[in-house]
Amino acid sequence: MSNTPITTSKRGKLKRQSLAVVFCVIALLLGVSASLALGSRQISLDDVIGGLIHDVPENLGETIAQKRIPRTVFGILAGAALGMSGALMQAITRNPLADPGILGVNTGAALFVVVGIAFLGISAPAQYILLALLGSSVSAVFVYAIGSIGGKGATPVKLALAGSATGAALSSLVSAVMLPRAAVMDAFRFWQVGGIGGATWESMRAIIPFLVVGVIVGIFSSPSLNALALGDDVATGLGVRTGRARILGAAAGVMLCGATTALAGPIAFVGLMVPHVIRLAVGVDQRWIIPLSAIGGAVVLLFSDVIGRLLGSPGELEAGIVTAFIGAPTLIAVAARSKAREI
Amino acid sequence: MTSIEIVKTERQKRLRRNIAVISVLAVLVVTLCALMLSLGGVIYPIDVIIRVLSNEQIEGATFAIGSLRLPRMLAGVLVGAAFGISGAVFQSMLRNPLASPDIIGVSSGASAAAVACILVFNLSGAAISAVAVVAGVATAALIYALSRGGSFSGGRLILVGIGVGAMLNSVISYLLLRASQYDVPGAMRWLSGSLNGIRKEELAPLVIAMVVLCPTLLCLESRLKIIELGDHKAAALGVRSDRTRLLLVLCAVGLVAFATAVTGPVAFVAFLSGPIAKRMTGDGSPSLLASALTGAALTLGADLLGQFAFNTKFPVGVITGIIGAPYLLFLLVKINRSGGSV
Repeated sequence: MSNTPITTSKRGKLKRQSLAVVFCVIALLLGVSASLALGSRQISLDDVIGGLIHDVPENLGETIAQKRIPRTVFGILAGAALGMSGALMQAITRNPLADPGILGVNTGAALFVVVGIAFLGISAPAQYILLALLGSSVSAVFVYAIGSIGGKGATPVKLALAGSATGAALSSLVSAVMLPRAAVMDAFRFWQVGGIGGATWESMRAIIPFLVVGVIVGIFSSPSLNALALGDDVATGLGVRTGRARILGAAAGVMLCGATTALAGPIAFVGLMVPHVIRLAVGVDQRWIIPLSAIGGAVVLLFSDVIGRLLGSPGELEAGIVTAFIGAPTLIAVAARSKAREI
Repeated sequence: MTSIEIVKTERQKRLRRNIAVISVLAVLVVTLCALMLSLGGVIYPIDVIIRVLSNEQIEGATFAIGSLRLPRMLAGVLVGAAFGISGAVFQSMLRNPLASPDIIGVSSGASAAAVACILVFNLSGAAISAVAVVAGVATAALIYALSRGGSFSGGRLILVGIGVGAMLNSVISYLLLRASQYDVPGAMRWLSGSLNGIRKEELAPLVIAMVVLCPTLLCLESRLKIIELGDHKAAALGVRSDRTRLLLVLCAVGLVAFATAVTGPVAFVAFLSGPIAKRMTGDGSPSLLASALTGAALTLGADLLGQFAFNTKFPVGVITGIIGAPYLLFLLVKINRSGGSV
């Protein structure tokens, strides 16, 4: 039996991967119930289940649970989109730090939205979403282009510096547009919270097409991204059109995080940390990393939102703040572990 | 001409250019200072300003200039110079023009501490400065410690700094959320960078810090240039790079923290001053004095623009941010194209 070692290692990997899937799903269920039950007022599990089953709530607890349903659903959607978009971007750029937040997507979207409110007089959610999508794509492409000029391509440090510098520049522009216009500041504030509390069914409906397309394209491009990881020459040799694979993957990634940012505001570091954790669990196969990052992202965002509600009570702390606090150590860990040459 | 003579003439040429640039910058800063004192709701001619400064009592002018415009101007000069010099130190030490204290998260430590002092502990004045300084130094130490792994790497330090900065910013957001509505405007000043409503007494800690730290940094400048060559070469030339680097970081961070405690982080001044000064002196490494003057000129100029150029009064940090943005992008492209040490 000459092939035994390979078969066992394959089987071992499959076992680990299935374990990871089970673990992610359980964590997601826990996250959902925590998100429905916990907050400035805790309600019992009975009420949560009652709220889910009954059309008309029978007591206060069930009413609260029903009020928390939209934000929980949006937490799942936004977290999944951010996690998957981070995984896609890291795969395409072959850069461990590619993250919607680091690529300047958030501030780019913010600038476009503010300019839209101030100069074009927009007010409908659908228009915000289009502008935010546009802004995030422009800034992501821009930061990546600047980060990859010169020798060695887009190294993590070049990308991170380009992103944080562009972010700083764009946010000054945002305040310059906003400061003289009190009305704009007011309209913008609802957007800038960086949380999932403000989601309504109506606004979610506007971004769902983008999310669906993004997820489908992302999942279908994962096999070719596996080939890309071997380098462009090998990938071409394996019959992958590298240019097309990159553009498709990038489009899916930007669409996912742009649509989420449009509704949730800036939520950083979910896309950075989740794929790293998932990669530790399931290895380097993108066909596992990309879908699992979506589930992992949903888990992280739901728990961040719950933590924010508990820490901030009686008000609440936006999920984006919590994710930055728990996500930034991932960046530090990646930096500390990598060798000087690779940075 | 022997090669020694060539080196000598080159050196003299460079020295002459340095002196010329520094004098031009000094004249510019003095002019901007005079404008700061003269412009405002009432425009005072220069002779009135001189009479007020020589302690003559003039109705209206003494208050407007002595209590309102003079502290503002002094704050602009001092903070600008402090940011300029410390930015230049960081940039040459890490051999990366993008690695200024505001981008790698050192200032956010000072800001977070200042905001916590105001919102949680209800401190004011000198106490805030003290805590901001301690926190700034502690943040820098933390970033340095986290990025040590194996040999020192500037790139790792930058990445760790960005991460630590992101965490501290989320702490600031948390504090702002928990604060009572009444305290928030005071804290916001530490976040946007503004010269508004600064009183003379608040400047005292910064003045003392600058008197101590700026000469120290200027003395260390020659060693800084040797460290720039790389640790091994520095060791060969008899400079202990670890110890010197620590001293440099302490002084530069001290300046940043004291300055941040007065005005909050003024965007991009620390980042822009060094490269602009370098461009003017044409020297291999920027002169710290020229960077300090550039920082002061930038801050004063931006504050004048913010006060008078638009219908709305913008805080100085917003103006420097907007002026800085295009230059920053230009710089990013240029550094990346030349390969740099990034």
